Amino acid sequence: MIRFKYTITLLLSSAILLICSCKKSEDVTPDFNESNLAPFSVEFDNIIGDRTLTFNNTTTPYTNAAGEKFTVSMLQYFISNIKVATVDGKEYTVKQDSSYFLIRSSDKATRFAKVRVPEGDYTRLTFTLGVDSLRSTMGIDKRTGVLDPSADHDTGGMYWGWNSGYIFFRFEGNSNVISDDVNGDPTGKKQFKYHIGGFGGYSAPTINNIKIINIDLTAAGIAKVRKDRQSNVHLFVDAMKVFNGPNSFSIAAHPNVMFSDYSVNIAKNLTAMFRHDHTEN
Amino acid sequence: MNKKQLIIIFSLCVFVYACKKSDVVEAQIQTFLGFQKPANFPEPIYNLAANPVTKAGFELGRSLFYEARLSRNNTVSCGSCHIQSSAFTQHGHDVSHGIDDRLGTRNSPPIMNLAWNKAFMWGGGVFDLDLQPIVPITTHEEMDERVDNVMAKLRLLPKYTAMFKNAFGTEEITTARMMKALSQFMVMCISSNSKYDKVIRKEAGVSFTPQEQEGYTLFKEKCASCHSEPLFTDGSFHNNGLSLSPVNDQGLYTATLIATDRYKFKVPSLRNLKYTAPYMHDGRFLTLDGVLEHYNSQVQDLPNLDPGLKNGTRLGIALSDADKTKLLAFLSTLNDEAFINNPALAEQ
Repeated sequence: MIRFKYTITLLLSSAILLICSCKKSEDVTPDFNESNLAPFSVEFDNIIGDRTLTFNNTTTPYTNAAGEKFTVSMLQYFISNIKVATVDGKEYTVKQDSSYFLIRSSDKATRFAKVRVPEGDYTRLTFTLGVDSLRSTMGIDKRTGVLDPSADHDTGGMYWGWNSGYIFFRFEGNSNVISDDVNGDPTGKKQFKYHIGGFGGYSAPTINNIKIINIDLTAAGIAKVRKDRQSNVHLFVDAMKVFNGPNSFSIAAHPNVMFSDYSVNIAKNLTAMFRHDHTEN
Repeated sequence: MNKKQLIIIFSLCVFVYACKKSDVVEAQIQTFLGFQKPANFPEPIYNLAANPVTKAGFELGRSLFYEARLSRNNTVSCGSCHIQSSAFTQHGHDVSHGIDDRLGTRNSPPIMNLAWNKAFMWGGGVFDLDLQPIVPITTHEEMDERVDNVMAKLRLLPKYTAMFKNAFGTEEITTARMMKALSQFMVMCISSNSKYDKVIRKEAGVSFTPQEQEGYTLFKEKCASCHSEPLFTDGSFHNNGLSLSPVNDQGLYTATLIATDRYKFKVPSLRNLKYTAPYMHDGRFLTLDGVLEHYNSQVQDLPNLDPGLKNGTRLGIALSDADKTKLLAFLSTLNDEAFINNPALAEQ
């Protein structure tokens, strides 16, 4: 009897060991633990329609849905408040102070938003295109790094001093369809400028162009975040959607849009720019 | 008591007296009172807890306020268009006169009691004093400079690295530190020692003349709904019926894009009017008589005209010549000579 008991115990132990070792080699999803942080990144790969983004390519310009040929001289935007969620609905929001990124297409190094999230398998990515209204009204001590309002506007600053607020999305270039008068570009440089901002107002409600982008990762690859790897969600950001989004418009009709009612239409187009291409785990 | 004892006692007295005197002087130098809310003022709006005024911070702010390096070619300082003797306005200029003789579109407003302001600029848009200096520094007609470039210039000067260290603990010059120092100076520009203030605070021997008192009564009846005491502005934005100017400045609308904000401008304080002519957002009235006549007979029925300026078909505020004389007498009690002569606020 004693011998029988011993055999049973041995068999059971072996079975348990076997199961355990099986599981381990299959990369078990780690328990969701908010203090068990691992590296995670989102890559913002800027494209224009079917082509990569090149600056000032006057010999082979891009063409929008209105048939207008254009080139690009500047593309930059704020990404903030990154959040991930697992298939069973566990969510993690990156600590706010580490969650502001300025993607500048002139500097390849800025294309990654690098954050830390708990180890886990994520099927959904959420972020803000722009700077949330709370941060937009915070004291100057909280406006450091990419949010520092001292950056020069002409060379890519993303802050409006006269109407305290950030430019969320800045897209500039040239097109021959732009007139040389006050309705176009009176300097004759045929430039278009889209500076889209507006956080909703400090004391009275004003235009709110903050856009929250939700991306389902299930089709093109979930993010398996582990301490020993660099999980990277690779997004294509198609700037052609500025013109060809749900509120499609022509450059000739709206060559300059900044803080104005029309900016609301363009901001809606911006939500269509982000497409999940693949995930590197 | 012999002569020797007397001499010793006398010497001791002199010694004690001398000690006392130097202590007092020392105390005067050492004691920096920081931000003191005048007894007849409400609680400030500026968040002093996040930026307490210190002696070193205030002095740095003062240096920056009078620093011409804030402009592109080092010619224009804040103090160029905000002159203390004019209650920190640019007296005699309808619109401000900036770098390279460029002219703006608005009258330079006073740097005065800003700790009680909830919005900045004639047309709003800026809601935090710490963010305000970015506007004049970067505006083409004002200083036409980059904030990052200003800091680069300051970092080369030992005077400033030392002052930043005194004020903030290290020599590092950042946007936040520069703006907070400027705010420390600006919130200290408090005008609260006019005759009116002394009467209200019941300071000994100060009272209104009968004419001033009548003017005060008229003021409360006809002006105080917007120019509310004790700051003589409620800080809000109104359309006071000024005819449209050729530049078609749309005021608050530009910052909010709300149709009902069109042609609304911030209510200016009525303090120190003696020093701050000309008046209105574009400096169109050279005298207070001109301002009062505007309200009496020149108010235009424009969209968003303040309802207080329209009673039935009567536009504006009826003011007889006698009313005007009394109002002007009262308004003159709001002039604060101690403020425009305060040596602590002057360029050192």
